[in-house]
Amino acid sequence: MSNPILQVENLTKSYGAVEAIRGVSFEVQEGEVFGLLGPNGAGKTSTIEILEGLRRLDSGRVSVCGLDPQRDPEKLKREIGATLQATSLPDNMRVFEALKLFASFYERRRDPEELLKRFGLEEKRNAFYSKLSGGQKQRLALAMALVNDPRVLFFDEPTAGLDPQVRREIYDIIEELRREKKTIVITTHYIEEAERLCDRVAIVDHGKVIAQGTPRELKQRSGDTTRIEVRLAKPVSVETLKGLDGVTDCQAVDGAFLLHCPRPPQAIVALVKHLEAEGNELTSLEISTPSLEDVFIELTGRRLRD
Amino acid sequence: MKHFVTLTRNRIALTMRNRVFLFFTLLMPMGMFFLFASVFGKGEPLMVAYLLGPVIALTVMGSFWGLSASLVMYREQGILRRFRLAPLTAADMLASSLAANFILTIPTVVLEVLLARWVYHVTQFGNPLSIIILVSVATISFAALGLIVASVTNSMQETQIICQIVWFALLFFSGATFPLATLPKFVQGLAVFLPATYLVAGLQKAMLLAQNPWMLKTEIFVLAAWSILAFFISTQLFRWEPGEKVTRNAKLWALATVLPFLILGAWEIKYGNVQTQSRSIYRMATAAGEPAPANAPEPAARPVPSRQAPR
Repeated sequence: MSNPILQVENLTKSYGAVEAIRGVSFEVQEGEVFGLLGPNGAGKTSTIEILEGLRRLDSGRVSVCGLDPQRDPEKLKREIGATLQATSLPDNMRVFEALKLFASFYERRRDPEELLKRFGLEEKRNAFYSKLSGGQKQRLALAMALVNDPRVLFFDEPTAGLDPQVRREIYDIIEELRREKKTIVITTHYIEEAERLCDRVAIVDHGKVIAQGTPRELKQRSGDTTRIEVRLAKPVSVETLKGLDGVTDCQAVDGAFLLHCPRPPQAIVALVKHLEAEGNELTSLEISTPSLEDVFIELTGRRLRD
Repeated sequence: MKHFVTLTRNRIALTMRNRVFLFFTLLMPMGMFFLFASVFGKGEPLMVAYLLGPVIALTVMGSFWGLSASLVMYREQGILRRFRLAPLTAADMLASSLAANFILTIPTVVLEVLLARWVYHVTQFGNPLSIIILVSVATISFAALGLIVASVTNSMQETQIICQIVWFALLFFSGATFPLATLPKFVQGLAVFLPATYLVAGLQKAMLLAQNPWMLKTEIFVLAAWSILAFFISTQLFRWEPGEKVTRNAKLWALATVLPFLILGAWEIKYGNVQTQSRSIYRMATAAGEPAPANAPEPAARPVPSRQAPR
């Protein structure tokens, strides 16, 4: 863990009066999949686009493959590959044509034929971009990100707007890249994506990194205890629930209560007894193992998916 | 340079697939050609040769429509962003679209000349070298004008409006649709400030008076200088991102595009003879039509026939 391939130090960026990034720092090691997890508008895309050399930073220091994206954008572009948000290709460009065209811009390049095969686009080889489904477009975007055999890959919300089945397809592709020890930076607002794909995650909110570590570390930090989420018919104080047997902590989130329970059966019994005594009723109950969502809730008091 | 070639090739391939573009670059100019030659020119070889100037000018000027529309579309749909990730420069993108447009426009011009020869039996094309140079320089400069329009507008709608205004001015105030000599005096005064005027006049002098490139040095020089200036300005104003808005400074830059023609126009008014020359060429073409079965070919400008009267 000595030689990071990517470094961000005290990065800031404002758009007019809006402070999008307020002092973000992190490092990414070679061969690691690093995730920026946070709600929309947290500053993830701004951060990743500064790393790609597409946006200018206000202050702080950024280095990718030993290059300054602002001073050496041309050199940097040869070393990185990326999928962007809000991007497209000309409607009447063909799939293979796009891969070949973009490969031609680089000296070091992968065989477009091989990429076509690997990303399952062989049948769509001569299809127009406008005729592709959302998943096919995203697979083409991933293939295009690899045409120059980049040292660092950036995937900005790689599965946003895709349906669950297609999303899993994209996960498989990224997991394969992970096994090949590619260095990848992913932004996402999906918990599942961060937990499943990333070696390390930085949780970002309002332009700041509020926690950083492996998914396991982050979850342990929040107690690593089972969560029971309950909704009740009548209001109850957080303190009362905290006092129940088998409950170590309790938070109110969006009208529900999140109980931290090292011993779930005991806690449920205690809860039901309490409710009966108070004449209160249970409208819903959900048991879950702690996830990064819980970490986010603990740190911000809000849910990630808004 | 290598990127420029592959980008140009790709651009040509994409454009050839686009039916709307083919309509504007091939079918519309052809329609205009036959309309001008058979209706306004009554099929008279000399008159057709005279009208070939405006027809070629319209074909060449049409470039700026297509280029501005496609550049704005590429930017607004985030296509340019994807290209920006690759090691490409603004000049690569712009120069390749100019080159592709050039390669796609020239065949139409050649076709117009050949049709004039085969269908209307025009045998005198004056000085072909002058025509080739004028057409080449003008194709690039009007296309670059389109790139500038795309760079100072924020949406497709704005682009279309500006293009309409520019197109209208080029069309009606320059002798491209109605012979300059038949237009009211104040329009003739305006015309000296429009690049299209010099293109039409240059083409007609090359065709009917067989003037060589040296005799047409003013027209050629101004159009060439303009194309370089317009290309330079378009690279300065180029925007990759749909979110980036045009700055006030950029709009001022764009105004610099009209400078060469302001200067030339002022010089023309003081010393020049574009107007008298175009009048004499017009008389020459129409006089030859006199003995034809029909009456003197009336160019579209019926409402102002008195302007033809000598002085």
